[in-house]
Amino acid sequence: MALPAEASTGFKFDNVKRNQLLGDKGYKLPTATKTGTTIVGLIFKDGVVLGADTRATAGTIVADKNCEKIHYLAPNMYCCGAGTAADTEFTTSMISSQLALHSLNTGREARVVTAMTMLKQYLFRYQGHIGAALVLGGYDVTGPHLFTIYPHGSTDKLPFVTMGSGSLAAMSVFESRWREGLSREEGIELVKDAIEAGVFNDLGSGSNVDVCVLTKGNVEYLRGYSRPNERVFKEQSYKFAPGTTEFIDPAAAQGEDATAMDVSA
Amino acid sequence: MSIMQYNGSAVVAMVGKNCVAIAADKRLGQRALTVDMDFQKVFPVTDRTYVGLPGLATDVKTLSDRFRMRVNLYRHREERVIEPETFANMVSQIMYERRFGPYFVEPVVAGLDKKNKPFICGMDLLGCLNYANDFVVSGTASDNLFGMCESLWEPDLEPEELFETISQCLLNAVDRDAVSGWGAVVHIITPDGVITRDLKCRMD
Repeated sequence: MALPAEASTGFKFDNVKRNQLLGDKGYKLPTATKTGTTIVGLIFKDGVVLGADTRATAGTIVADKNCEKIHYLAPNMYCCGAGTAADTEFTTSMISSQLALHSLNTGREARVVTAMTMLKQYLFRYQGHIGAALVLGGYDVTGPHLFTIYPHGSTDKLPFVTMGSGSLAAMSVFESRWREGLSREEGIELVKDAIEAGVFNDLGSGSNVDVCVLTKGNVEYLRGYSRPNERVFKEQSYKFAPGTTEFIDPAAAQGEDATAMDVSA
Repeated sequence: MSIMQYNGSAVVAMVGKNCVAIAADKRLGQRALTVDMDFQKVFPVTDRTYVGLPGLATDVKTLSDRFRMRVNLYRHREERVIEPETFANMVSQIMYERRFGPYFVEPVVAGLDKKNKPFICGMDLLGCLNYANDFVVSGTASDNLFGMCESLWEPDLEPEELFETISQCLLNAVDRDAVSGWGAVVHIITPDGVITRDLKCRMD
């Protein structure tokens, strides 16, 4: 049986002309959810620590106060995403599935460089139109690795990295306090402080701190490691008395006057 | 003006105690001209999953039909009814497929899963999922709805309490938005069934 057309893969471009026409007519095309974001990563004595804030924004509105920006790639690899939220989400999940097939085919755990190469080649192919800025961290047979990947496909390999709109605030913490041979506790603390610098000094970042620690054969995902912005819940209730809202019960309306003509579309 | 404001719309979903609610206004306009006061923006997907599609009306129609087809294909292939979370991922995938030429719709999914656990989520027009355990808002009145929900919502509301809360949130939000309102509909999804009510609403 032929598969329905809906099952085909890859991007579809059938709305592009219409949308361009609407754009030319002066209808501004809407903005997608962005993750203003502070994301960071550093290498410590026995592995990698990744960190992220949890705010998603749509313009100046906070769209999500507690979103997850540290994405799963493979059992030994995680990836923080900044930029267009949909792009970071779908790019990482697609590469994650390719990595799973890759390690099934080879019978080995995938290497971090493999993930990095797949990501950069994919992003380069789309010439920056896929707005994903990533911090990739992992621990494989060759040890701990940390990369940043830019939307155009360029990569960096550094011992400590930051990305997103809060990257400057976070980097100021790293530049003043990072050193070689940090302990696990020191590494986590430094990442937490770097993210909190972004949370408090960058308007695009906010809410909580997520941390992910990757060591040899072990991953610790600390969701909500630090929660410096807990909401003070209201002390009194705004519950309405039953019957406050006037409504028309369609069933009752029908019963009362069954001759009423249905004039709906 | 953005194309998202062309027809006008407001959709909100909320979690209660073992129940969820989804509500929408009923206006269809062309900019400031109101064309229809009974335009459907919330569509049943299954007996206990609903989807709200605020945005450009032409895409609301296209997508509601497309979702219905995909859900029917899923039911035939899997021989079971689709779960709200699975449906949300299906919607998300359909939206992201058009990453470079999107539909101008920001969907909201609400439902109860097979264990009667409430599920709601929102999405942007590219399909980026936004899971929530309180409320999600969408449409031209979304800023107003954020303000209303953030102050009125509280945890563990019973179905009738949830109806009052979501109705008041929607009604007061659309009254401060010129291009949405003109009637509203609320669906309360409980393990025993769905209660649908048409709200009495300002018609200006």
